[in-house]
Amino acid sequence: MSVLTITFWVLAVWAITSAVLVVHTRDIFRAALFLVSTFIVVAGFFVILGAEFLAVVQVLVYAGGISVLIIFAVMFTREVAQGNQPNRYFGVGLLLAVALFLVLSFTVVSTNWFPELHDTAEAEAIASGTFSDTSRGLGTLLREKFILPFELIAILLLAVLVGAVALVKER
Amino acid sequence: MPPLEHFLLVAAAIFSIGLYGALSRKNIITVFMSVELMFNAVNLTAIAFAKFLVPVWSNRFLFGSELSDSIKEASDIALSGQVLAIFIIAVAAAEIALGLAIVIAIYRNRGTIDITDIALMKK
Repeated sequence: MSVLTITFWVLAVWAITSAVLVVHTRDIFRAALFLVSTFIVVAGFFVILGAEFLAVVQVLVYAGGISVLIIFAVMFTREVAQGNQPNRYFGVGLLLAVALFLVLSFTVVSTNWFPELHDTAEAEAIASGTFSDTSRGLGTLLREKFILPFELIAILLLAVLVGAVALVKER
Repeated sequence: MPPLEHFLLVAAAIFSIGLYGALSRKNIITVFMSVELMFNAVNLTAIAFAKFLVPVWSNRFLFGSELSDSIKEASDIALSGQVLAIFIIAVAAAEIALGLAIVIAIYRNRGTIDITDIALMKK
């Protein structure tokens, strides 16, 4: 077993454990902390997959920004004492989630992802996976081919900023 | 390097846990956290596909006819999955900011964030 494989399994167990704890911890504040843990593990997966720029973005935006927003919302709404109770559709939700997971894993396992690629030099080249400089390529790509969605995202974020201020403003 | 299927299975597990949480909890903030879990699973899937499937295409482009053009095109194609993940992260950040603003507005007006109590449209 290579180092990457061992790292992958450690991260996988950690990710699924903390994801279950996000849903199942009674204290909502602790659930938010487990959510931060899940975000950081997913950043670890990004590093394994050679997307180091996205790993940094993940830690900055999710573990840094979104989790702070969620913890602020937990603090503002004083229902922390009531905890994290299940609603009426507890059983239906569990059933649907298990069914979805079974369908997804069946699809993943039964699909032949690399039709003519098994045990070839190409497959080896993918599997060895070098750590490349992706931020330069991403920057060029965002500025050249994806410039319109990039600008639209900027407008969206501005609209969200205005909308959020308008929503929580004191009358 | 673990195979593509392992990454996809982990992402599927996180997505299903997120779906379960979004469907089965009373507190609206837990529902938001579950939605964030689902976003993360989708990002993980996108980047795993970008890593494993797209390089096959880029290799074909690399060994194609015009080399100078195709190297550029190959690296563009290989990175477009990561660009998709960047846009998903941006939209998720916008969604959570606006969503939590709505949560706070609801809490201010109605004094509760229990989604089973917020049923104005049913009455």
